[in-house]
Amino acid sequence: MSANPIHVSRRTFLGGLVIAIALPACKPGAKPAGENKIIESNAWLRIGTDDSITFLCDKSEMGQGVYTALPMLIAEELGVNLDRIKVEFAPAGDPYVNNLLGTQITGGSTSVRDGWEKLRTAGATARQLLVAAAAEQWGIDARSCSVENGVVVSPHRKKLRFGEVAEAAAKLPVPKEVALKPAHEFTLIGKSQRRKDTPSKVDGSCVYGIDVKLPGMLYAALAQSPVLKGTVKRFSGDKAQAMPGVVAVVQTSSGIAVVADSWWRARKARDVLEIEWDAGPNAALDDAKIAAILRKGAAGEGRVARHDGDAAAAIKGAARVVRADYELPLLAHATLEPQNCTADVRDDGVDLYVPTQVQQIAQGVAAKAAGVDAAKVKVHTTFLGGGFGRRLEVDFIPAAVEVSKAVRKPVKLLWTREDDMTHDAYRPPAFDQVAGAFDAKGNLVAWNLHLTGPSITARMFPSVTEKMVDPFAVEAASNYPYDVPNVHVDFKQQEIGIDVGYWRSVSHALNCFVAESFMDELAVSQKKSPLDFRMALLEKQPRFRQVLKLVARESRYGYPPKGCHHGLAVMEGYGTVMAMVVEIFLEGGKVQVRRTWCAVDCGQQINPDTVVAQVESSINFGLSALLWGEINIANGRVRQTNFHDYRVVRMSEAARIDTYVVGSDGPPGGIGEPATALVAPAVCNAIYEATGRRIRSLPLSRHKLA
Amino acid sequence: MTKLSVNGKSMDVDVDPETPLLWVLRDTLGLTGTKFGCGMALCGACTVHLNGQPVRSCQTPISAVGDQPVTTIEGLSADHSHPVQQAWIELDVPQCGYCQSGQIMSATALLTEKPRPTDADIDAAMAGNICRCGTYQRIRAAIRRAAEIQSKA
Ligand code: FES
Ligand code: FES
Repeated sequence: MSANPIHVSRRTFLGGLVIAIALPACKPGAKPAGENKIIESNAWLRIGTDDSITFLCDKSEMGQGVYTALPMLIAEELGVNLDRIKVEFAPAGDPYVNNLLGTQITGGSTSVRDGWEKLRTAGATARQLLVAAAAEQWGIDARSCSVENGVVVSPHRKKLRFGEVAEAAAKLPVPKEVALKPAHEFTLIGKSQRRKDTPSKVDGSCVYGIDVKLPGMLYAALAQSPVLKGTVKRFSGDKAQAMPGVVAVVQTSSGIAVVADSWWRARKARDVLEIEWDAGPNAALDDAKIAAILRKGAAGEGRVARHDGDAAAAIKGAARVVRADYELPLLAHATLEPQNCTADVRDDGVDLYVPTQVQQIAQGVAAKAAGVDAAKVKVHTTFLGGGFGRRLEVDFIPAAVEVSKAVRKPVKLLWTREDDMTHDAYRPPAFDQVAGAFDAKGNLVAWNLHLTGPSITARMFPSVTEKMVDPFAVEAASNYPYDVPNVHVDFKQQEIGIDVGYWRSVSHALNCFVAESFMDELAVSQKKSPLDFRMALLEKQPRFRQVLKLVARESRYGYPPKGCHHGLAVMEGYGTVMAMVVEIFLEGGKVQVRRTWCAVDCGQQINPDTVVAQVESSINFGLSALLWGEINIANGRVRQTNFHDYRVVRMSEAARIDTYVVGSDGPPGGIGEPATALVAPAVCNAIYEATGRRIRSLPLSRHKLA
Repeated sequence: MTKLSVNGKSMDVDVDPETPLLWVLRDTLGLTGTKFGCGMALCGACTVHLNGQPVRSCQTPISAVGDQPVTTIEGLSADHSHPVQQAWIELDVPQCGYCQSGQIMSATALLTEKPRPTDADIDAAMAGNICRCGTYQRIRAAIRRAAEIQSKA
C-alpha cells in the first residue's frame, strides 16, 4: 500500500464531501495540493448532502467505454450501484493529468490503466470517511460498520445515507492509507455492465461537439490551403460577405473563415471566397517523392530501441539470411464526426466546447489564440464522435477562437468531410528493412529491424525525443517476444514535410505488420508451420503461448474449410497480449475475410462486454486500412476527399469476429487499440497460404486483391 | 416560409429553399440527433424517414420535402420503447454513437418493410450506413433481436 494521494476538500460543495486527488509528487513544477487549495474545479468525486454522487471523468468518451468503466472503479470501492453515479466530464487541469503520459490525455489505451489505482483509491477513501463519520455519530467502531449501496449500516442495522454524513465526513482527517479490495471480492469489476451512455446514443440526445448550441451563437466554415502547409497570399471576402446570412469574413491562422447565421449559409458563402494561396514548401510533394525520401533516409543507423547480443555480427556469420523490405502508406483517421470547435471569447474569459482527447493542450492553444492566460480558458469536453488519435491534434481549435474573438460572439466552427479528409495529421508512412539469420542447424540466431519514417512524437512532445528514440515509433518491435539471442531494432527518423499523427494503435499497426508477416517468411524459409515456428521461440512467454494455443484451438488453425485459408499473428501491446487467426477466401481474385478469431489476455478486465466490443471495433478499423486505406498526395494536395475514395468497411464487408478473453487478475492492459494491428499481418499471412504471394506493402487494393 | 411536418408537429421555417433538410433539422429546429458525416449521401449518419422511407437528409433540399411527414431519431419514441431502441440498448450496440441515429433509422425502415429480414436484406438495407467504430456485428444482431421484439409486440 502506498501513501494515499487522496485529499479532501474542506470547502464543501453544496455542503458535501469533495474528493480530490493530489498531483503526483514527482511532477516538476507541481505544487503540493494542500487541503485548503482543493476547490471544486479539481474534484474527482462529489458526494452531496442530497445523496448525489458525481464522478468527474478525466478521460474523453470516444466509444471506448470510459464513461462506464471508470465509474465502475469508483463504485466498486465506494459501495454503491453503478447507476447511482452521475458522470460529468472533468475540466482541464493538472489534477487530471494522465500519470502514464504526463499530460491530460485520453490515448495510448491508458484510461483504465491510469485510473486503476487512482480511482479505486478515491472510492475507497470516500467510503472510509463516510463510514467513519457515521460511526462517530453512533459512537461505535467504524470497523464494525458496512456499506450497502450508498448507506452506512451499523451492526444493529441502524442506517445513515451517504448524504447525511457527507458534511461530517469532509471534516475528518484523510486516512493515510486505505485498503483496496482483493480481486476475489469484486462485485462490479470484471462483470459486464450496460454502458451508461447507451440510452442517450439511441435517442439522439447525446451531445457531441457538433451539437453544441449557445445563445447568440454564429456558425463558421473555414477555407484552408489545398496544399498542405500552404498559406494565404491575398484574398477578397467581398462576394462572400454579400451572400445571405453572412456576418463576417475573418482571416485566421489556418485560413479564411466565413461566419454566418447558419452553418449551411457559411458553407455556401465559402464557395465564393477569392483566395490566392502561397503553396509553400510542399507544392511539388507527391507519393513518389515521399517514398524516395524514406528510402534515401533509410541509409545509416537510426536511434536504437533494442540491442541484445550482436545482430550484425550474427548475420554476417550466419548460414542463411532472409531479408525483406516493407512499405506502408499514409492513412487518415476519418472519425465520423468531422472536426469542430465552439468558442466563446468574452472579456472575462473564454469557454471552449470541444470534442478533444487533450484538454490541457486545447486550453493552451485556445489561450494563445485569444491572447489570454490559460487559466482564463474553460474547456468543456463533449462526447466525441470517434477519436482514434485524431482528436489528440488541436489544429481545428485556434481558428474557432480567433473567429469568436473577431466577431465577439460565440462561434461554432465546423469542418466539412472534405476539410477533414484533406487536412488530417496522417498516420506516418514507413519504409522498413528486416532481416533474420539462421545457423547451420536452422536456429533463428538474429533478428534485425531497421525502421524509417517520420516521428509524431518529435513534433508533439519534442522533450521526449530529445532524450530517447521515439517510443511511439518502435512499438511491437522493441518488445519482440521471440527467444532469439541477437536482436536489434532501430528507428531512423525521416521527416516528409507534412504532419503525421497518432492513429489507433500507432506504431503497433506499422511494426506488427512487418514483424509478424516476416515471422511467416522465416517459418516458410525453414518449411515450418507458422504456428509451430512461433511456439518454439516462445518457450519463455507463457502469455503468448496461452493466447496462441487458445486461438489455434478455437479457429481449428491449419484446418480451414475447403477453399479457405488461415493466417495468424500475435502481439503484445499496451500490456495486453493477443493472438489472431483469420479465415479468408478469394472471390474473383479479391480477398474476403470470412472469419476472425481473437484470443486476448488483457489482465484484469473491468467491463468484459466492452473488451469484446473494442476488439470488434479495432478489427474492423484495421480491416478498412488493410483493404483500401491509403492517402495519396499529388502536388502537395491530398487526393482523397470523402468516403467514396477513402473507403471504409461497411456492413457486408465487416468481419465475423469471435473474441476469447482469458481469465486473469494481472494488472489491466489496454484494449482500445491493439487488435487493430494484428489484422494486416494475419490476413497477409493467409494470402500467402492461398496464393504464394507475399504482400509487403499495403493496402491490398494496390495489389488488386481488394 | 416553408411548411414542414416533423415528428408529428407542423411548423414553419424560414430558410433558403435549397438548404438541405439536415441543416434545417439540426440548426433551425434544434433536432441534433440527426448527424452530419459526409454531406454526400455516402455515410448515412443523416438518415431520417420521409414519408416512412429512409432518406439521406444531407441530400434532401427542404424545397423537396413539401408536406411529407419527416421522422427523426427524436420522433421514434419518447421513452426508448421502439423495438429497435430496445434491442440497441439490450446489446449495447453504440460505441462513439455518432452513426447510430442513422443506423437506427435505416434499421427501423427495414423492419417495417421486412419484419423478418435475412442477412442479405440487412446487408442491402444497411449498406449506406458507415460505422467507423465497426459495430456492424452488433447492429446485425440487434436488428434480429428487434425483429423478435417487434413480432411479439
Ligand atoms: S451526412 Fe448524409 S449521408 Fe453522410
Ligand atoms: S458507433 Fe462510432 S461511428 Fe458508429
